[in-house]
Amino acid sequence: MPAWILGLLAVSCAAQLLWHGTRPAPLGEAQALPPAPAHAGIEALRLASFGESAAAARLLMLYLQGFDLPGLDYVRLTGWLRAALALDPRTGYPLFAAARIFAEHPDPARSRAALDFIYQEFARDPDRRWPWLAHAALLAKHRLKDLPLALRYAAAIERQARSAEVPLWARQMQVFILEDMNELEAARIMLGGLLERGEIRDPNELRFLQQRLRELEERVK
Amino acid sequence: MPAAILARLVLLEARRGGLPWLAAACIAAGAALAGFLSQVALTESRELQLAIVAAWLRACAVFLIAAHVATRTLREVDDKALELMLALPIARSSQYLGRLAGLAACGALLAAAFAAPLALLAPPGAAALWALSLACELALVAAAALFFAMTLVQPVPAIAATLGLYLLARSIAALQALSGGPLADASLAGQVGRGVVGAIAFLLPRLDQATRTDWLLYGAPAAPAYAGVIAGLLLYLALLVAAGLFDFERKNV
Repeated sequence: MPAWILGLLAVSCAAQLLWHGTRPAPLGEAQALPPAPAHAGIEALRLASFGESAAAARLLMLYLQGFDLPGLDYVRLTGWLRAALALDPRTGYPLFAAARIFAEHPDPARSRAALDFIYQEFARDPDRRWPWLAHAALLAKHRLKDLPLALRYAAAIERQARSAEVPLWARQMQVFILEDMNELEAARIMLGGLLERGEIRDPNELRFLQQRLRELEERVK
Repeated sequence: MPAAILARLVLLEARRGGLPWLAAACIAAGAALAGFLSQVALTESRELQLAIVAAWLRACAVFLIAAHVATRTLREVDDKALELMLALPIARSSQYLGRLAGLAACGALLAAAFAAPLALLAPPGAAALWALSLACELALVAAAALFFAMTLVQPVPAIAATLGLYLLARSIAALQALSGGPLADASLAGQVGRGVVGAIAFLLPRLDQATRTDWLLYGAPAAPAYAGVIAGLLLYLALLVAAGLFDFERKNV
């Protein structure tokens, strides 16, 4: 083996490592969320996924998770969440993210946009999507201090979620909302009810919700 | 049974050619991907792992079979092994069908190996139906790759044509939906475009309906729907076999 080939290999390897080391980390770049696809765009997403719509919907959610919450354009965001639901209508990931992450934005306008998205999408499949609207009702009452909005969401659950799987407290959501209890108590009852009925089976989701409950406890103290 | 002997030789060649190791590497990469995804998912982590890993394994299986069939067939042509085989007193149809049976068996073994890790996350019945559908899909890909390799006699065009046919068949339903949407162009050119897409769809199998990840996520499909999907795959497989036999019978070597 000629020495110059070994030298070239060593130098090119070192140059690659140096070059990569000087590049900024991809996570450090603040990117704006691009506009969400319209109807034809969703078909194009389906086309790009070569029939793997369920995988594409979930990859899309991981993509959306990567954006910084402050400064996020919620019109575009809800458009992307709708696209994920259009790709796989049975996934709960977009509604979970809307209810538990995006609707908890400190800006009331953005929070309302996320809640409105949940309310609109709930109507398409109430028996499956009621847990997220129930959480939206709690956020409307305790964070936005908008009792009429919370009652509207609660009434929608009572009226439209007809399955026997829907627990009693959710079917009497308006009473639950009108009860004189603080956000922490309501959140505890809701999480306890969901756990008891086996609605939350995913360990990551359970960890996330318990973390949120702890944060809420800290805030209420 | 010369066809059965040929099929066994094809399987032996696949084993010695390192196909099992490549399949194991794909499964290992899929397991690593699943481990990573379980860390980043906020909810539905099992569904996320299943959806992405199933899509990955399906793509790997199709690529491995297409590349394996095209390269082994063209090696046979280049080494003059095909000429030697044709000099034997065995019918050309037996030779062709024997090879294809061996390649379809490779696909079935690959489908079973890829469905095994998915059965840890999905209901075993749904995983078994997914595996059977993938085995039929891989038999179809093997038949297409064998046809293109014998016809084009070059590895890159043969693999490209096979994967092109496969990807078009997977996306033709989305193309039809795209061309016939509510805002579709109503002009003559638009209508011609829709007609062309519709005509192409007639010539392709509905691979978007086969080996669906939804089955693993939300349960097995209804029996009539599943039987329809498998029947569609087998019908197109028969078409590819007939086209391949026609080409092979008139081939001058």
